[in-house]
Amino acid sequence: MLIKKDLIIVGAGPAGLAAAIEAKKKGIDDVLVLERELNAGGILNQCIHDGFGLIRFKEALTGPEYAKRFIDEAKSLNIEIITNVMVQDISSDKVVTTISPSGIKTYKASAIILAMGCRERTRGAICIPGTRPAGVFTAGVAQNLVNLKNIMVGKRVVILGSGDIGLIMARRLTFEGAKVLAVVEKLPYSSGLQRNITQCLDDFGIPLLLSHTVIKIEGHERVKSVTIAKVDEQGNPIRGTSKKFECDTLILSVGLIPENELSLNAGVHIDDITGGARVDENLQTSVPGIFACGNVLQVHDLVDYVSAEGELAARTAVDYINGSIKNKSDITVIAGNGIRYVLPQSISPNKDITFSMRVTSPYKNKTIIFKDGNRQIKKKTFKALNPAEMVRIDLKAQDLNDVRNLEVFIDE
Amino acid sequence: MSNNREIVCIVCPNGCRMNVQIDANNKVSLVENALCEKGKAYAIDEIQFPKRSLTSTIRVIDGELPLVSVRSDKPIPKEKIQCALAELRKIELKAPVEFHQVVISDLFGTGVNIITTKGVMNRT
Repeated sequence: MLIKKDLIIVGAGPAGLAAAIEAKKKGIDDVLVLERELNAGGILNQCIHDGFGLIRFKEALTGPEYAKRFIDEAKSLNIEIITNVMVQDISSDKVVTTISPSGIKTYKASAIILAMGCRERTRGAICIPGTRPAGVFTAGVAQNLVNLKNIMVGKRVVILGSGDIGLIMARRLTFEGAKVLAVVEKLPYSSGLQRNITQCLDDFGIPLLLSHTVIKIEGHERVKSVTIAKVDEQGNPIRGTSKKFECDTLILSVGLIPENELSLNAGVHIDDITGGARVDENLQTSVPGIFACGNVLQVHDLVDYVSAEGELAARTAVDYINGSIKNKSDITVIAGNGIRYVLPQSISPNKDITFSMRVTSPYKNKTIIFKDGNRQIKKKTFKALNPAEMVRIDLKAQDLNDVRNLEVFIDE
Repeated sequence: MSNNREIVCIVCPNGCRMNVQIDANNKVSLVENALCEKGKAYAIDEIQFPKRSLTSTIRVIDGELPLVSVRSDKPIPKEKIQCALAELRKIELKAPVEFHQVVISDLFGTGVNIITTKGVMNRT
């Protein structure tokens, strides 16, 4: 039996919850949120540190507190959230198949919002040589074990990768009595926020070793040691610079990948750089009526923008359901010099649009320019640009008057 | 005699790198490069009376989860963090645990409370 729904949202994390609330407020009553975990809230449930919601609520909330605001609002709006259910398949004609303890169900939605979040890169993804003992964890898994399950992951720890989760776990594991020997970063700069380096490493005297990587793991039952070395500009280890740490645990914080297996089955085109769907300014994917938001679209550093993206996806999905999205967006946005990616990847002219982007490496006092052919449309100067921090720039409808090509680049 | 220190602000994701001028009495005489007033206040505190928010977990007996997450409701003096963690380790709460339940009030006479940041229901 096919169950009909106006809007199905896959994932009850910060993106999915914000989308559901916004859709309901915009008059779509028949909203269903599907979540594979037992509780709504997504990754926020295990992020017990504070700093969430600074932009949206002007408060430094913890993850569970931030999530609760949305869960409570969803409850008060009577939004249907089914947890402990796995979405097995989404088809391009928006048929959603789910599996849960109550069996297999099939839904047909008018519109779908993808909000599945991301997953972590693992040891296999970065090919660290050595034996394969116990004691190698990704930062998020360590966070889940320590913060939710009361399982300590190790006593003497080396962390590879200086992303925010790695930095936060350095502090967290120190709080729980572990000795964090070093945070090792392959790049010549940290990929985490400055404030986290200060309050998670500097406060505890944990060294941050830039331009270093792990070249060997030793141990049979359990990690016994990790050997690191300096790397050259190409990222290759430099002979004679190796250093061995006796430790029992290696934590990996080496990047996040949007989790798009379901999107691929639905025929959604994925962007090679972001790992998320290619979208237009409505956050609509290449499949009409399927929208994407949050970390499944692009990996964010701030949850506030995840929620905002969920709300935008919901507003445009509601327009789609009501039949008021007609025009196809066909102006391609190109990431030029110094810009790793820019989103949305295609736009329609004459609309207010917020662009999000990341730069390729750290810059000081540089200007980001939007150009249509030889016509400069907008420029904005930044004191500092950092690959770890997403840049957002608003363009007004009048800025995008009759634009035919759009390129974004850093003026050298 | 005065000296300068660079302080990275931890108040918000901007992470301003502030230049702080400190006089001979360890008083802050100048804060440069802060984008906002909160940053200035943080820089002055950081020199004279460094504080941090504390977030951690506490054991829960008979709960649907074995832990409840907690935080300080205001930043606490930095040198008290380790003692505070030791206090948290001694505590066991019995489920159900309420959201924003006060676990420790007036921690070490600082006026800071430790509160839960989620609710934990009984194990069914």
